[in-house]
Amino acid sequence: MREKLDDIREQALGSIEDARQSVNLEAIRIKYLGKKGELTRILRGMGKLSPEERPVMGQLANKVRGDIESALSLKIREMEQIALTNRLKEEAIDVTLPGKKTPLGRLHPLTTVLNQITDVFLGMGFNVAEGPEVELDYYNFEALNMPKNHPARDTQDTFYINENILLRTHTSPTQIRVMEEQAPPIKIIVPGRVYRSDAVDATHSPIFFQIEGLVVDKAITMGDLKGVLDIFAKKMFGEQTRTRFRPHHFPFTEPSAEMDVSCVTCGGSGCRICSNTGWIEILGAGMVHSRVLEYGKIDPNEYSGFAFGMGLDRIVNQIYGIDDIRLLYENDIRFLRQF
Amino acid sequence: MLVPIKWLKDYIDLDVSAQELADAMTLTGSNAEGVMRLAVDIEKVVVGKIIKVKQHPNADKLLICEVDVGDEVLQIVTGAPNVAPNSYVPVAVDGALLPGGIRITAGELRGEISQGMMCSASELGLAQLGYIDNGVDGILILHEEYPLGMKINDALELDDEVIDFEITSNRPDCLSMVGIAREAAVTLETSYREPEIVLDPGIGNIDDEAKVIVEDPHLCSRYCARVVKDVKIGPSPRWMRRRLAAAGIRPINNIVDITNFVMLELGQPMHAFDIDKVAQRTIVVRKAEQNERLITLDEQARDLTEDMLVIADPEKAVGIAGVMGGYNTEITPGTRNIILESAKFDGGSVRLTSKALGLRSEASSRFEKGVDIINVERAIDRAVQLIQNLDAGTVVEGKIDVCSDDLAPRIIKTQWKKINRLLGLKLDRDEICGILEALSFKAEIVGDSLKVIIPSFRQDVEGVADLAEEVARIYGYDRIPMTLMENSVALGSRTREQILTNKAKNVLAGMGLYESITYSFVSPKVYERIGFEPREHPETVIIENPLGEDQSSMRTTLIPSILEVLSRNQNRSIEVCKVFEISNIFIPKSQPMTELPIERLTLGMGQYGEDVDFYSLKGQLEALFSVFGFGDEIEFVPQLHPTFHPGRTAGIMLSGRKLGILGQVHPSVCQTYSLDDNVMLSELDFALMLEQAKTEKQFTRLPRYPAVTRDLAIIVNKKVLASSIEKLIVDSGGKILEGVELFDIYEGDQIPEGHRNLAYSLSYRAWDRTLKDTDINHIHDRIISALETKFEAQLRK
Repeated sequence: MREKLDDIREQALGSIEDARQSVNLEAIRIKYLGKKGELTRILRGMGKLSPEERPVMGQLANKVRGDIESALSLKIREMEQIALTNRLKEEAIDVTLPGKKTPLGRLHPLTTVLNQITDVFLGMGFNVAEGPEVELDYYNFEALNMPKNHPARDTQDTFYINENILLRTHTSPTQIRVMEEQAPPIKIIVPGRVYRSDAVDATHSPIFFQIEGLVVDKAITMGDLKGVLDIFAKKMFGEQTRTRFRPHHFPFTEPSAEMDVSCVTCGGSGCRICSNTGWIEILGAGMVHSRVLEYGKIDPNEYSGFAFGMGLDRIVNQIYGIDDIRLLYENDIRFLRQF
Repeated sequence: MLVPIKWLKDYIDLDVSAQELADAMTLTGSNAEGVMRLAVDIEKVVVGKIIKVKQHPNADKLLICEVDVGDEVLQIVTGAPNVAPNSYVPVAVDGALLPGGIRITAGELRGEISQGMMCSASELGLAQLGYIDNGVDGILILHEEYPLGMKINDALELDDEVIDFEITSNRPDCLSMVGIAREAAVTLETSYREPEIVLDPGIGNIDDEAKVIVEDPHLCSRYCARVVKDVKIGPSPRWMRRRLAAAGIRPINNIVDITNFVMLELGQPMHAFDIDKVAQRTIVVRKAEQNERLITLDEQARDLTEDMLVIADPEKAVGIAGVMGGYNTEITPGTRNIILESAKFDGGSVRLTSKALGLRSEASSRFEKGVDIINVERAIDRAVQLIQNLDAGTVVEGKIDVCSDDLAPRIIKTQWKKINRLLGLKLDRDEICGILEALSFKAEIVGDSLKVIIPSFRQDVEGVADLAEEVARIYGYDRIPMTLMENSVALGSRTREQILTNKAKNVLAGMGLYESITYSFVSPKVYERIGFEPREHPETVIIENPLGEDQSSMRTTLIPSILEVLSRNQNRSIEVCKVFEISNIFIPKSQPMTELPIERLTLGMGQYGEDVDFYSLKGQLEALFSVFGFGDEIEFVPQLHPTFHPGRTAGIMLSGRKLGILGQVHPSVCQTYSLDDNVMLSELDFALMLEQAKTEKQFTRLPRYPAVTRDLAIIVNKKVLASSIEKLIVDSGGKILEGVELFDIYEGDQIPEGHRNLAYSLSYRAWDRTLKDTDINHIHDRIISALETKFEAQLRK
């Protein structure tokens, strides 16, 4: 009997080992362990054994059953593993095929850069103010210390609606509007569209965007003007950026300055973009003229301030290396998609 | 302002290069826009002397010259007729380079050796520099003797450099060589010199020769005149022509050149009249008469208006004050006696006149910024001195000087510490006074107070801020320490509207739309293009002086702009294009405009492409509305609009107010814009959306009990709008009806003609319990019977 059991064990384990499909395993289980299986049949012969042999054989038979069962389950697990591996292999896809199209548009580069600039100034405590695009001559020129027939008016070719109404040539009129409405301290930037009757070419557009800035408080100095605009330049163009302030003239500021930044392209060593000067002119600025403060109903003996204005289009072009301002207003999707 | 370095050196000793000067001046306030070399690309052109001239044996029109160029004598064949022995001429020797890259080599002309070329002024690129003596074809004959073989650049001082300074409108004093020299001297910490004006008193008496009457002293605060008799009109000397030309002024004749020379040297424009053509030898400065007409020096007839100031004699106008002289009194080769004018005209008046006439001149650009009243007299003396030096006429003794202005200098009194306070500096009193003195101010500090005497040429300096600028620019803007207004702390933020606008832009971009930015002015013809009848054209804000008619009208709608963008993209073979823009439109309040128009922020959306239809755009709008917190407040109603397809257009209402429009563009409008059909467009009153936006959010507890879903399919006439069916379901459903969703629309087989099948999924839920069939059945039945009664709907089972 012992030999028989050993034989069964050997046979069963052998055929489990050889089995290739799970149905085969089921057949093996039935053949050896089923109710009519070989092991059962042998156990039926237990009655013929002596009482001493019975427990020994019973133990052996159980061990054989156990061995077969664990070999079966091991084999099943192994087969499942193989099946899974095969399935996964079959399910493999070409991951280099393009993804499903998810529509995604873009903000206009003018908006994107305006938001960046705005964030820099928000961080320094500025609010964002707005003013009308169709403006009174009074706010656009007169209250900015450019009375009728002032020669500086010639530097801003103006679209007129009539004698008193025009399309604003800069965002500066909003300075006066804000000062009229609000007592110092004032810290604002004013982004917006402005208009000049320049014929269109690669560097001129009759419509472009400006960002104005105005600070009015007690004891504001030209050092503050430099400090704030230097931070702005570093945040916009990179920490390595240097700034240079040159004397200039604007009727609404005194002293006045233009700010250059070290050329973004060459870092200041001189290249085609900066005409070999190493500097790019970015904005005009100055201490608010006392007469402008008075027009804004602010006492120049008590308060001082600085103002600045920059062309957004130029900065956008500088940042992205765009060489033709007209592209900004054509709205070709292939252009807009790049930003 | 073009400043030739060699001329500038008359007034200042320079030991820096032109570029270094330009850079330094830029940092003290005279922005140099560029440094140019006068003559470039000339090599191996030297001074030669013609020794012998003989006829070419084989050609009638050619001459053979022997020309001594110092170390050798060359044989040169020429076609120029103006060659003569002993003339000094420029000679391009073998291998010479002329402007435009032209190489000259030795060769043969009709069998005779020619070892180079004698050059004309134009061949040397000097024509524009006033070197044309002998016509364009003639050889340039040098009128002075030079060492033979000397480089022509050296002989003619062509190796000059010219700095182009951008002079701001507040500094007319820098529109002169002396003014630039003054600034350069302060910049380089050296000194400069004014021209020394010493002249013969002249003969005779001015009062016998001329008279000046200034009728309008407000517009002419000073008028100086001198008379010169027996003038010899001819070319001015080469040095003067060369300087004028290098500074961008065309040389004309000695008298005119002298007036221009003085203008460039001292900044005071001058004019010379032929006094024999001035009636009664009397100059009258007066306003122009109505319908008065004058032919100016450029031979153009000018119609004058009563606000313009003219120079006249008792009979007629002879010049437009400060702008241009009259043709009738022009200096001509036959002129014998002249009267010189040096005056100060009102800047505003000159500007207005020159603008109105469209006539700008070197003179007007100086007058309109304001000339120095003291300089008026100096300039006329300088001109007379030059006339004497050049022996161009006999000066009459004395001058007429009609001056109505106080010539005493202005004085500014302030506290000197204010300068430091404005600049953020800690300069001591000596530093401040030192800088001001260097700039020709007289400055005195006593205690806290600063007293500054302003030189007459600095009319722009009016107050302490101007003085601070003077100090700062010479001290150096770069030396002002940077600070960050630490005492002025504030919190910055965008407004609610700005935040919402940005959010809308981001949401739209997230849905696949591109933001466009287009011009705010359009052609007045756009309304025709978008299908409006003439009577439907709105009132617009019209630009008086547009760049062109197609950019003359401020837009009242974004629709044409959006259509342009779509059209441009389709024309460039872009297959799908979805754009939006949020910009102002402009609505006049009255016509003619007496007050500013309404500016209304407006959202335009437009799209074409494969997956684009009415409902895709509507879906985007609904998503945007949900971001603004709009739900039931929004209503879409069928609408007619000339731009849109009559059956595929919805008006959009927000809480009963008109918000905008959405629809498919009318095929004929598409055609006008060269667009294929199937273009979707929407325009919304974005300002209204901002005003009505619900930005405050409130949490609603999540339901604890499950919802029960029942489907409902009805066959109903197509004319019944989906929105009214849904409204009826909601109204009949009561509180426990939580949601209605249309999930299928079917027309065709088994559905009667003109009808459609709509299938809804209704979900019911109670907050406090799980609903049983008995809770729902009677409500569901109520909905069905309402639909049957109101819309004759048939329940589909």
